[in-house]
Formats: sequence, C-alpha cells, structure tokens
Amino acid sequence: MAETAPLAVHMQGIQKRFGAVHANVNVTLTVRSGTVHGLVGENGAGKSTLMSVLYGFYRADEGAIAVNGRPVEINNADDAIALGIGMVHQHFMLVDTLTALENVMLGAEPHWLLGKASATVRGKLEALIQSTGLHVNLDTLVADLPVGDRQRLEILKALYRGAKVLILDEPTAVLTPQETLQLFEVLRGLRNQGTTIILITHKLKEVMGLCDFVTVMRAGAVVQELPIAEATIEGLAESMVGRKVNMGRVEGSQRAAGEVLLEASGIEVRDAVQVLRLSGIALSLRAGEIVGIAGVSGNGQSELLDVLSGLLTPSNGALRLGSESFTPASWLDPQTARRLGLAHVPEDRHARALVMAFAAWESAVLGYENLPHYSDGPWMAHGRMTQATADMMERFDVRPRNPSLLSSKFSGGNQQKLVLARELGQKPRVLLVGQPTRGVDIGAIEFIYSQLRAMRDAGCAVLVVSSELDEILALADRVIVMNQGRIAGELAIADCTEAGLGLLMTGGNA
Amino acid sequence: MSAPVPMPRWADLVLLPAVCLLVALLVAAAVVAMVGQSPTEVISALVQGAFGTLRGLSYTLYYATTFIFTGLAVAVAFHGGLFNIGGEGQAVMGGLGTGLAALFLSHSLPVWAMLPVMLAAGVLFGLMWAAVPAYLQAYRGSHVVITTIMFNFIASSVLVYLLVNHLRPKGTMAIESVTFADSAKLPGMHQALAWIGVEWPASPLNLSLVLALLACVGVYLFMWRSRAGYRLRAVGSSPSAAEYAGINSRHQTLIAMSISGALAGMVGMNEIAGVSGKLILEFVSGAGFTGIAVALMGRNHPVGIIFASILFGALFQGGAEVAFDVPGFSRDMVVMLQGFIVLFSGAMTYVIAPWVAAALRFLPGARHG
Repeated sequence: MAETAPLAVHMQGIQKRFGAVHANVNVTLTVRSGTVHGLVGENGAGKSTLMSVLYGFYRADEGAIAVNGRPVEINNADDAIALGIGMVHQHFMLVDTLTALENVMLGAEPHWLLGKASATVRGKLEALIQSTGLHVNLDTLVADLPVGDRQRLEILKALYRGAKVLILDEPTAVLTPQETLQLFEVLRGLRNQGTTIILITHKLKEVMGLCDFVTVMRAGAVVQELPIAEATIEGLAESMVGRKVNMGRVEGSQRAAGEVLLEASGIEVRDAVQVLRLSGIALSLRAGEIVGIAGVSGNGQSELLDVLSGLLTPSNGALRLGSESFTPASWLDPQTARRLGLAHVPEDRHARALVMAFAAWESAVLGYENLPHYSDGPWMAHGRMTQATADMMERFDVRPRNPSLLSSKFSGGNQQKLVLARELGQKPRVLLVGQPTRGVDIGAIEFIYSQLRAMRDAGCAVLVVSSELDEILALADRVIVMNQGRIAGELAIADCTEAGLGLLMTGGNA
Repeated sequence: MSAPVPMPRWADLVLLPAVCLLVALLVAAAVVAMVGQSPTEVISALVQGAFGTLRGLSYTLYYATTFIFTGLAVAVAFHGGLFNIGGEGQAVMGGLGTGLAALFLSHSLPVWAMLPVMLAAGVLFGLMWAAVPAYLQAYRGSHVVITTIMFNFIASSVLVYLLVNHLRPKGTMAIESVTFADSAKLPGMHQALAWIGVEWPASPLNLSLVLALLACVGVYLFMWRSRAGYRLRAVGSSPSAAEYAGINSRHQTLIAMSISGALAGMVGMNEIAGVSGKLILEFVSGAGFTGIAVALMGRNHPVGIIFASILFGALFQGGAEVAFDVPGFSRDMVVMLQGFIVLFSGAMTYVIAPWVAAALRFLPGARHG
C-alpha cells in the first residue's frame, strides 16, 4: 500500500445519462492497489452504473478510466477481463447443470479436447484454492452446491481469469452470518496477496468491518470518499440518505399481544419429487404483535408464506384463520385469504407482487380487482382504480406519482411501497410480509418499518420473514428461527442475540 | 412483446414497424432489380393495384377482413401467454360450421335469422377446435403450439373428408357443396352501400368487414376495459403474479384460446357466407398463418392489427395485379415480397429495434425514453 504505487482503478469525471436520468454525475473514483474499497449508496445512487462502466457493460458519455496508472478504453467485458478486472454479480452467473470445474473453464477452455482442458484447469484451480482458501468441491454440480460455495466459485472464476481487481456486488445478501465471516476472511487474505477489491454494498456494518476506504454515492454523484478510520456508521448512513436516519429498534406500545388470529399446526409440505420442504410447523399469530421468521434463505420460509397465504396446499396440517378452519383437503385459496382479512406482501416483488408489464394502477389493484368499489359490473372501474392508486402513492410516498407508469419503471423501493400500500390499505387483520426491504433504500426502509409497526399497534397480527437478522431484531416482538424446513427455535426478542440466532439458523443450538 | 430496447412508445408503435416495412421493401427492391425488373415500376403497380381504384381497394379490404379475424385470434391468445398457431385450423372448422348451418337451414330460415345462426355456428366450431388444445395444455401439459399445429392438419382433413364423401352432390366432379339458398348470403359491400344510395363497384368485399371492425372494438373493450381481460393479461404477463392474485391460470388458458378460436372461426362469414355461397376447399388458404404475422406487426393491438391487415391485404391484391401487369414478374416474386415483410416486421424486428433506438438517441427532442 505504498503511496507511490499507481492506483488500481482511477475513474475520472465519469458522466452517464439514460434519457432524462443522470445516473453518474461527474464521478471520480480512486481505488488504491491492494485495498478493499467500499462503494455504498442507496438503490439508484449510481453504484451499479459506475461499476458497469468499469466492467464494460456501458460506455460512459464522458470521462476517463485508468487501470494501474495506464489510461484504458473498456468497451466490453472481455476488455475488462483482459485488464484484470473481474466481477461477481449479485445474481450468480453460473450454469446449474455443469460442475464447478466446468463452470470455471466455460468460455476459457485452454484446449479443444475437454479432457485435456479440464486437466489443465483443475491443476491451476487447485493451486488457486490452496493459496486463497476458497474451498469448493470442483466435481459437484453447481445445482448441488450451497449458496456460500457458489459465491466462492464465482470468485474463483474471476481469479482464474486473472482478476487483479475484483468487483463484488452485494456479496453477503444470500449468506448466513457465519458464511459472511468466512467470506470476509478470504477477502482479507486476497487483499493481503495484493488483489484489489471493490465491494458494492448497503450494509454499513460490513463496510466498517472489512473495507480500507469507502466511497459514498448519492443521486449519481460521489458525496464522500474517506479512509475507514475516519468513517462511522451513522455518518455514512447520513451521507447516503442525505439526512439523519434511525434504523434501530422502536418499541411498540407495551401492551400484551391479543387474541390468536392465525394458528397453524403440523404443517408439512413435500415438493414435486416428494422431498420434505416443511415439516412439523406450528405457529400462532396474535393481534398486536410482530413475529419474525429468521433463517437463511431457502430453509422453508418461502413455502411457509405460500402455505399461510393459500398459494400452496400442504400435504399435512391444519390452519385456523379467524373463525374458519382449513385442512389440506380444502385449503384456503388466495381470494378466500383476502376475504378473511389476510394480506400478503410476497418475497418476490417481480414475479409475484406486481405484474411488471402492467401500469401502476393495474398492479395496484392486483388481487382486489373484484372489490365492489373497483367494479362497474364486468368492467374495471378505471377512474376509481387510478384515483385509489394516486391515493396510495400519496400516502406511501411512491415516486414518481404517476398511476399510468409501467410497474417495471419504478425503483425497487417504490415498487415495494406500492405493494405495501395496496396490502396495508385493505386494513388486514393478519399481515404476512416476505423480505419487506429487499432491494429497498435506507430512507424507505425506515418508512416501511414504521408502517409495519403502525399495523401492529393497530391490532394487526404481523408475520415478517427476513433473511436480514438486523431487520428481524429491529421489528419483531417474538422470533421464530427456521432451519431445513423446521422450526429450530422460538425466542422472545429480549432473549435474542445475533450469535445465538445465527447458530440456530445453521442448525446448532442456541 | 414489448421491445427489450428502451424506446419511446410512439417509436415502438409507429416508427419501428414503418422502418421494418421500409427495410423489407428495400431488400425486395434489390431482388426485383436483380431479376432485371424496375423496382419503382413494380412498387407503383403494386400500390396502384391495391389502392388505385375503388375495385382494387375493395379487394384489399376483402383480404384484410380475413386477416383481421385471424390476427385478432393470435393477439388474444398472445395476451393470455399462449402462441396459437392453430388459427388456420380454427378458421377451417369455423367455416365448416358456418357452411353446415347454411346447408341444413338456409332453405327454412329467413336471412335475418340465418346469418346470426351461421355466425354462431362458425364461432362455436372455431371455439371448440381451440378449446381442445387449450384443455390439453391447461390440464394435461401438452404444449399448445404443438397441438394447434397438429389440429390444423386434422381440420383440413376433416373438411376434405366431409366434402368428398358426404357434402358433394352426387355426380359432380368439383369438391364443393351445393350452393346455399339466398338467405345464407351475406350482402356484399356494393349492395349494402347501394341501399344508402352510394355507388360502389361489385367485389368480394362484404358486410363481414363491419363484423371484423366490431370484433376489434370488442377485443379492445374485453382486453383493456373488462375484469376478465385484465385477468387474462395478468396470466399472460406474469403467471406467478396472477397466481398470487388468486387467478386460476387454467381457466384463463381455456378462456383465451376459446376467444381466439371463436375469432378465427369468423373467417367463414367473410369467405363462405360473404363470397363463395357454398362450402369449398381452401377458403382459408394460409390466412391463419398470415394472422401470426399480422398480430406480430400490429403489436397485438386491435388498431395495429387493422393497419397490418390492410398492409397484407394490399400485398395480396396489389401482388396479384403486379403479376398480371408487369411482364416477367411472376406470382412467386409477390410471395417473396410478402415473405420479406413477414421476416423483417416479425422475426427481425428486434434486430432492427436497437438501430432505431440508437438513431433516436441522436435526436435532441427524444430524450425521455
């Protein structure tokens, strides 16, 4: 880290416009060689655009890039790779039906005979694994690899292609706390061997724990660049959002939870190939409480939400919702669930909660299109629907306030606010929320939390599923931990520690 | 089918199809020049033949009528997330229904009762023919693209079988039914216009054009104004979101294909009730497939489909005139021209789209995509 060493990456005066959107405003980024450099900012702050410019997906309208002190032109990903820039995307770019080894050599086969090629690649990779500690079983199909291994494989893939500068986009979004710690160990090791790492994230704790320098972006421009020693979480959050934010816990009115509004018992779900996805799930939701479901993604939380909201019929179990009871022979369906006052904010905004090709007003009535208020006989009451959408946008500060804009044109946070406005607006008695703030800006997170707390205080029974422990800790009154389709433990919020929950999540005992 | 390239809406709806058409014409012009003909002469003969006279225009609109029906059929299925390749077979069966109704009832029913019965029979036959593949897809997982293609062959064989073995009058060689009674004849446009005192040359153009335009209005209202159409589009755009909303996608598959088949089944009103006056072979002659190109070019919207139908109608009519007028220019060249238009406005649209989008970026006024 000698001061005389050339900068690993120097982006200067980068300008990038998409139509009217000025995504990068005169951005200058200096990444010192052999450091971990954090790049933080809200969604839409321009981080991804900037990295896409560096990785050759976009060309900047203006500006210059220098890598290792040499000015370069990067027109596509191949150019970037040739310059030693590697990128690990948030959504892994791996072929599920190929082995780890085959994925690494895909597109970079050293020989036209696969046997020879894989022998060469295997040799190099094993040496690489040895020196970096990125342990992956090379002969396992990617489909069978755990998420943490896939991530390591992505990093290996970039290193194998000669990456000296590694861009990681939200690498910990899918990892358990323990896996995150392991990843950070590896990244520190890589840095000590001279690799430069650019970490795109919104988790400020991770920035503080891992990075050497941090750049904060807001509204397309760099607002701060400083060594980590001079940074604080509060300060970074404030400069990201542009105002003071409170992400911590806010206690509800201290009255005890009320009557049980939803009660499930013995829920068991098998998938198409008879693998057990949920087993022995019993839980109850009371009026006026927020129950948090903690767990690593893929441990049955999605199936649980689907079962409780009527999207999935379990193979066994029973459910009581208000005064009505259901068995697998006649499970509730989404329309019945809505009629009984159950609202569901699904985990997957893009696939479930909104129809991306619909105008906002069409998405804002999804599932409620047959309410009398929204109908004129068989016709859609267009006027009342757009008016209701405009009201939702006003109440939940959805921007832009344009009910005719396509749902896909809103940012993630605004989409989520629209979905919440739709579901909360029906004054549900039971509210199921999956990943309430996935891909949502810090400013909006604060707002969403306050809305969920307001629902609880109004006597709604709220179930929050989240893979972010901080979120569970900030919201829940009671925490249920899921692991491999079972309830691994249930704790009052007062008894929760991050370490204890992390252990339960991975199958240990608290 | 929205463009993957960001582009203002007007460009996607108007500019892009126009550019595609232009490219197709340029390529076709190059081929015409290569075979030693003058492109300008051919194109002016084509335009003149299609639009230059009232009679030519009538023929253009007559062809367009059939394409509107089959284009709408493809579009409705498409909005439901289904690719209905079976417009051809559904039109054949619809025409068969229309024809059978006329054969059996035209001697006993007056015209005001006969025509609605023929329409209903055509709609019902087309609907049933599409409902079977729809059922197979919804409840048995057989892909609708495969089954509808197969159903095209079955439909045309059924028609041949019935005409050859049962409906053909004894002792005749022509494979066609007897002529219907007059009550089964849909009035021609020239007759209808004569009633209100407008003189119009005689042509195959008939009142089913009005039916086709009403069908466009109906499809628009259903698709974008009714709750049923909303649900259909929800399933077509995002099956998982529709499931979340509590919409049964199997029902929607049945509904989409039924409406699609019903629309294709109306082709018989134009060809059988409006023109031939008897059941014949080959009255659809590829219009079901042209409907795919029409829907593609018309962006699956009724207004676009009307324009695309007129374009294809003009190609059929103008092409026939060119083959007649320009010496040495065969009918095959016209088919080639149609092929280029289908290719460029259909399959190649998204090759051309990025060029148009790139060109637009240089226009200072267009920076609001």
